[in-house]
Amino acid sequence: MAEWFAMGGHGFYIWGSFGLSALFMIVETILVVRRKRTLLQRLGRMIRMNSEV
Amino acid sequence: MAVNLFKYSSPVTFYPLAGKLALLFGVAAVVLLGIGLYMSFFVAPTDYKQGEGYRIMFIHVPAAWMSMFIYVVMACWAAAGMIWRTRLSSMMASALAPTGAIFTFIALWTGALWGKPMWGAWWVWDARLTSELILLFLYIGFMALESAIDDPRRAARASGLLALVGVINVPIIYYSVQWWNTLHQGASIKMGGSGVESSMTEVMLWTMLIMTFACWSYTIAIALTRVRSIILEREGGTVWVKDMLQGSK
Repeated sequence: MAEWFAMGGHGFYIWGSFGLSALFMIVETILVVRRKRTLLQRLGRMIRMNSEV
Repeated sequence: MAVNLFKYSSPVTFYPLAGKLALLFGVAAVVLLGIGLYMSFFVAPTDYKQGEGYRIMFIHVPAAWMSMFIYVVMACWAAAGMIWRTRLSSMMASALAPTGAIFTFIALWTGALWGKPMWGAWWVWDARLTSELILLFLYIGFMALESAIDDPRRAARASGLLALVGVINVPIIYYSVQWWNTLHQGASIKMGGSGVESSMTEVMLWTMLIMTFACWSYTIAIALTRVRSIILEREGGTVWVKDMLQGSK
């Protein structure tokens, strides 16, 4: 297992490449989904407030 | 049967469609990434010349392709927005820019991590690397210019013009390895007269293609979700958004 992670001495470069790519894609997904959810919540609140008046 | 393409150029009809497509491509991206990563590490054989380090190519090449492809698509949306004045077009352009910038950065980063063990240098100022760096600056410039102008219409026109002028950089990146004597190697895949030619084995080629389709699906899912947010931000006060939100309860 440790030998597999070492990737024949290229482990640092390979995991550095795939790791950062995965990090970027996961963070971007979280940010994009959260942005839309926050917007929908805010718009929903505004509509409720206006209908109560 | 005539299909009215402009029907979906309106945010009202596009918003729900984008939601369905984003889910579909999101699922496709997860499945393809799973298969692609499995093949990258467990199926593709060790390269006889580069050892295990060549596996970086399975993320580097798709990311580099995406960085150029997204830019062209983004510029096309920007052009469409400037020609037909459809409000959705410029929204699509701005929804694609951050993902394009991320893939450009990933291409540069993974290239550096491949270059160090293979070339002995993180970075060289050769034509391929330099033009790809300029692409990153173009993406950043596009986003900065758009966010610097308050009026959305004027912002879309200014950033759209920058996107169109910057398109010239894409063929420069692509052909840089032929036009100049670069340290960067030539294209991995060529479309020749006898079909697809490649210096890779079939398994490596398939792995790279699956990773590319995964990145494509990812980009479509992310951009469509982002464009829905942009639609909500710009049209949040309109009647159709109100009706839609009340109808969904």
